[in-house]
Amino acid sequence: MPTVGVKRDLLFKALGRSYTDEEFDELCFEFGLELDEITSEKEIISREQGDTKASGASDVILYKIDVPANRYDLLCLEGLVRGLQVFKNKLEAPQYKRVSPLSGEPQKLIITKETEAVRPHAVAAVLRNITFTQERYDSFIELQEKLHQNICRKRSLVAIGTHDLDTISGPFTYTAKPPGDISFKPLNQTKEYTATQLMSLYKTDSHLRHYLHIIEDKPVYPVIYDSNGVVLSMPPIINGDHSKISLKTKNVFIECTATDQTKAKTVLDMMVTMFSEYCAQPFTVEEAEVVYPDGKTCIYPELAYRKEKLSSKFINQKVGINESTEKIAQLLTRMCLLSQATGVGDEIEVEIPPTRSDVIHACDIMEDAAIAYGFNNITRTTPRTYTVANQFPLNKLTELLRQDLAAAGFTEALNFALCSQEDIADKLGKKISEMRAVHISNPKTAEFQVARTTLLPGLLKTIAANRKMPLPLKLFEISDVVLKDETKDVGARNSRRFCAVYYNKSPGFEVIHGLLDRTMQLLEVKPARGEGYHIQTADDSTYFPGRCADIFVRGKNVGRLGVLHPDVINRFELTMPCSALEMDIEPFLGHTAETPLTHDVPMKEVIKHRFPTRDESQQSAHSRPTSTKTVFGDVSTQVGLEALSDFLADKSYIEGFVASQADMIVFDAIPSPPSPTLCHLWRWYNHIKSFQTDRARLPSAKSRYVLPATPPATPNDASDEEDIDLFGSDDEAESAEAARIKEQRLAEYAAKKSKKPALVAKSSILLDVKPWDDETDMSKLEECVRSVSMDGLLWGQSKLVPVGYGIKKLQIGCVVEDDKVGTDMLEEAITAFEEYVQSVDVAAFNKI
Amino acid sequence: MADTGVLETLLQRVEKVDDGVDSLDVATSLGVDHQVIVGAVKSLQALGDVISAELRSSKHWELTEEGTEIAEQGSHESRVFSCIPLEGLAQSELMKLPFGKIGFSKAMSNKWIRVDKAHEGGPRIFRTVESIEDQVREKLFLVQKGNSTQLEEKEKNELKKRKLLSEVTVKSYWITKGNSFSTTITKQETELTPEMIASGNWKEKKFKPYNFEAMGVAPDCGHLHPLMKVRTQFRQIFLEMGFTEMPTNNFIESSFWNFDSLFQPQQHPARDQHDTFFLSDPAHAHQFPQDYLERVKKVHSEGGYGSQGYKYDWKIEEAQKNILRTHTTAVSARMLYKLAQQKFTPVKYFSIDRVFRNETLDATHLAEFHQIEGVVADYGLTLGDLMGVLHQFFTKLGLKKWVEVGNSGVFRPEMLLPMGLPEGVSVIAWGLSLERPTMIKYGINNIRELVGHKVNLQMVYDSPICRNPPTHF
Repeated sequence: MPTVGVKRDLLFKALGRSYTDEEFDELCFEFGLELDEITSEKEIISREQGDTKASGASDVILYKIDVPANRYDLLCLEGLVRGLQVFKNKLEAPQYKRVSPLSGEPQKLIITKETEAVRPHAVAAVLRNITFTQERYDSFIELQEKLHQNICRKRSLVAIGTHDLDTISGPFTYTAKPPGDISFKPLNQTKEYTATQLMSLYKTDSHLRHYLHIIEDKPVYPVIYDSNGVVLSMPPIINGDHSKISLKTKNVFIECTATDQTKAKTVLDMMVTMFSEYCAQPFTVEEAEVVYPDGKTCIYPELAYRKEKLSSKFINQKVGINESTEKIAQLLTRMCLLSQATGVGDEIEVEIPPTRSDVIHACDIMEDAAIAYGFNNITRTTPRTYTVANQFPLNKLTELLRQDLAAAGFTEALNFALCSQEDIADKLGKKISEMRAVHISNPKTAEFQVARTTLLPGLLKTIAANRKMPLPLKLFEISDVVLKDETKDVGARNSRRFCAVYYNKSPGFEVIHGLLDRTMQLLEVKPARGEGYHIQTADDSTYFPGRCADIFVRGKNVGRLGVLHPDVINRFELTMPCSALEMDIEPFLGHTAETPLTHDVPMKEVIKHRFPTRDESQQSAHSRPTSTKTVFGDVSTQVGLEALSDFLADKSYIEGFVASQADMIVFDAIPSPPSPTLCHLWRWYNHIKSFQTDRARLPSAKSRYVLPATPPATPNDASDEEDIDLFGSDDEAESAEAARIKEQRLAEYAAKKSKKPALVAKSSILLDVKPWDDETDMSKLEECVRSVSMDGLLWGQSKLVPVGYGIKKLQIGCVVEDDKVGTDMLEEAITAFEEYVQSVDVAAFNKI
Repeated sequence: MADTGVLETLLQRVEKVDDGVDSLDVATSLGVDHQVIVGAVKSLQALGDVISAELRSSKHWELTEEGTEIAEQGSHESRVFSCIPLEGLAQSELMKLPFGKIGFSKAMSNKWIRVDKAHEGGPRIFRTVESIEDQVREKLFLVQKGNSTQLEEKEKNELKKRKLLSEVTVKSYWITKGNSFSTTITKQETELTPEMIASGNWKEKKFKPYNFEAMGVAPDCGHLHPLMKVRTQFRQIFLEMGFTEMPTNNFIESSFWNFDSLFQPQQHPARDQHDTFFLSDPAHAHQFPQDYLERVKKVHSEGGYGSQGYKYDWKIEEAQKNILRTHTTAVSARMLYKLAQQKFTPVKYFSIDRVFRNETLDATHLAEFHQIEGVVADYGLTLGDLMGVLHQFFTKLGLKKWVEVGNSGVFRPEMLLPMGLPEGVSVIAWGLSLERPTMIKYGINNIRELVGHKVNLQMVYDSPICRNPPTHF
């Protein structure tokens, strides 16, 4: 939230009355602002630099006011006063007008095409016959700075230049030149510098050095000249000294250069609406013409007023009030949104002025109505939303285990998820390259290089920081580590771990082993090979040789325990023997009856929503080959493309290690350039595209990848998949080598497939089918449901679940192919058995 | 416990006198070591107010080993004198005696003897006086009998110099009757024993009183971390209010879900390198719901759903960037999107989990902290509902003034409609940090003492249960 500092007495003068601090605080709150601090320049300097520096500084009272981030119209005294006066019904919101110059042509700003390489947009306007005073002038400069810091994103998106129009003469040219070719006297300097010299001059400037990076590495720098070759500015760094404004300036030329056209227009509107108040004709702004490289012209400032129509019912319903249409129009008008009831039902027409660029949706208008109504006047209500709470099963298990581990005598630690590479690798006697760690690209210190892959280092560091505590130290932590995992959309996943350490004069392996036994008891796993748990010798460089064992639960390795290696103990600056246990607790979730909950989202949408239709002309004009059916599936579908992308995850080419016709064949089958989200495919596609010019010279393909246009079997049909000859070849005289490669690739492909069987998008659905009453024959009902048969539908297990009053519902699972069966189709088919079925609901829906 | 015989004798002695006895005197008169009496005094004191004993200290003179010898056999010089016959003794003979050398020089200076160096057969010693008075011995006798006060300080110091006397400090007790004085002793029992219960003789026993001022023995147990105790409490509150917990076990998030899906523009300062941790490996997310992504792109760059949009060039490359999530709202977005993919049913969701900010660290800011978040999605929710839910939530915490604690609001339609949620569905949400209330509750000023390996385990051991998070922020 930006903070605006205004002089209290000036503010009160402009508001036409004075307030006590409390009264003004209250007024701010009502208007949706916050009076953050009451201070003075002297106090600020004294606080930041000491009393001696502060002597002589002004002790005029300053109000520091917090303003919502997108309310650029409140960033200066002028805007703030205007907003508050309108809010208090003491002023009508002014109408800002763009006018043509009284005589002659409007000022012209000509943009040359060179600017495209660095900062392509520019807009301009003129404030004619303005009267500055010292306060107005200070506020004018201050607003530029505030806009630069906020909406302009530290001048990277937009930079503002203001000039004394009487010192320069149009038309102005906005161009870009190599830094060596730009030379001028910059603001507040006494001699001319080249742009290259300026960049090094400002390297040490406490203010300007922050903006140098925006253009520093560009081949050309932006620059604005007048018709006599006088430099107005070199945006976004500095203005020329020649055209600088002063208290005596009467006519101001404002230009905004930008990388974002929308923001440039907003910033220009903001500058001129705030300060046109001081023009001879208040709230009028003289237009300027901008000429684009292609010859088109535009008139600025836009000062666009937009009209929105909405109903008072909408406002009443969203806020939770019940006010008349007229009253709501009044509320909005007080927020500078001139509104009136149209008389058509409860319709209100709202005019959004150019100062309110933050209002982009009816919900913003609703919010302003709520502010004007007063948040404290809104009656608090309880939502009627009826829901049954569920715990996230993994967290539920964690909570229960934590309690019992503390009861077992271990104390809970809480360590950071981020740490150094050294912590999870070197110190544990491991190599960082072998950890599946997630790496951070912009850590400020070594403490934040990676996300932890193990909880052990954190516990050992906790012990090191608490060496003065009486022994033994018994600590545990149940928390998440992060591991790379390519099957996830983001390429990484959390893993919930349980780690415990015992630190004493003797290693106490038996203590840690005992804790494992206790944990297994809590998790209802018996000590036994096979269906229970057991431990067996393991080799691990973190542990003392021969003192480390793997933990097996139902035949699956879930973790490790042992006595730490003395080197590890030393590296964590410990002195005593230590034993440790770390295991995964997610495998123990199978016991819970809850529906598994996950943050994974379905990647393909099942329900068809009525969204605004997309422009069909976006379809690529790429010439389609005769068939898009390949061994990877139909590459005109997302499923096929995904399969192909997966295949390419660890390969550069379709066949072997050089580009071949095989790549070309598959390339041609893809109807339009793939989305970059399929990163492997995207990378391959762009690479293969570069071969297009001499594709004929590429070696021939060894196998057939694209299937005939009318394939004998549907490749998407899972049951038929086995029958497809993936690498079928017409060439019977295949060499032994080719056969071997084929074998290998077939194996690879099969492996890939088994890892990711969802070539056909399928979902598992659990349906609740409710009967009419307790007399409904449920077995008959189930028979009916199961009689529904569709292509791509497979019924699964079912059970009867009591609902109440002796009524039972049928819960039945099924697996569907997303392309073929939708939930609405299923519901329709089942509810057709009206005799038995009252309703059908989807109880759970999971992508497979 | 000292021998009961001594205890009773001592008590009898105390009974006989009015003002009290000195433990040293008792020891002397009973002919036992003083330490025995001291032990008896301690034992009696432990029985309660039987006697009162005041510690005194006194100094007195004692003979050294050499002094005792002299008191018994005479001083060295007197022994020299007495062993010289009338006819004299050869000096060489005298020097053979053990006391000869010291005694000779002292006797000479007393002028009790003389040496005839010219005597035939070597130097010979003769008496010069008829008889002598052994003053040294006399003085030592006085001290031995306890009459050292009859000697002058000067004399005592001279004898001390000759290492015949030494000054010792003696501590003794002045014993008088206590309030519950009695000459018979009942032994007090320290603890009830199984035997006493079996025999029933606990009825006759007296039991030593407990010292209730002392602390008990700390139980041998483990402890839960205070921040996790507060987390449990917040979870409980949400569950009581019917909120379902979201699966927030994904620290790594794409910028798409963390920012874009929430209608946060790509130039937003929060997406800066200075605020967010970006990943170098895996640097990008590679899978998105494609149709949804297109709708998000459109609402940012062109608007739609009644919005003007931000009108900028939305880039997939920005959305693909992987980060450590900066808020759990990224998961709320995923859950709401999933909700939109089913037939809509109202939901109330919550989560409490870690989030990450690449911020400058200080006493109250870490690079990671826990965010508490509540979300309600239903048809027709109002701002009044938001304020009502917040009021209920903070009332459960025991909080009156909650406006400044966290953030709250209504999700924008530009976020909800592209997800596919039906028009008319509103989603209200609020969030706050878990650390701040915990620090206030447990009086911790530096966040590092609470979270991370620098935690003070004693603080963990000592922290109370969390029934209600603090009543004021």
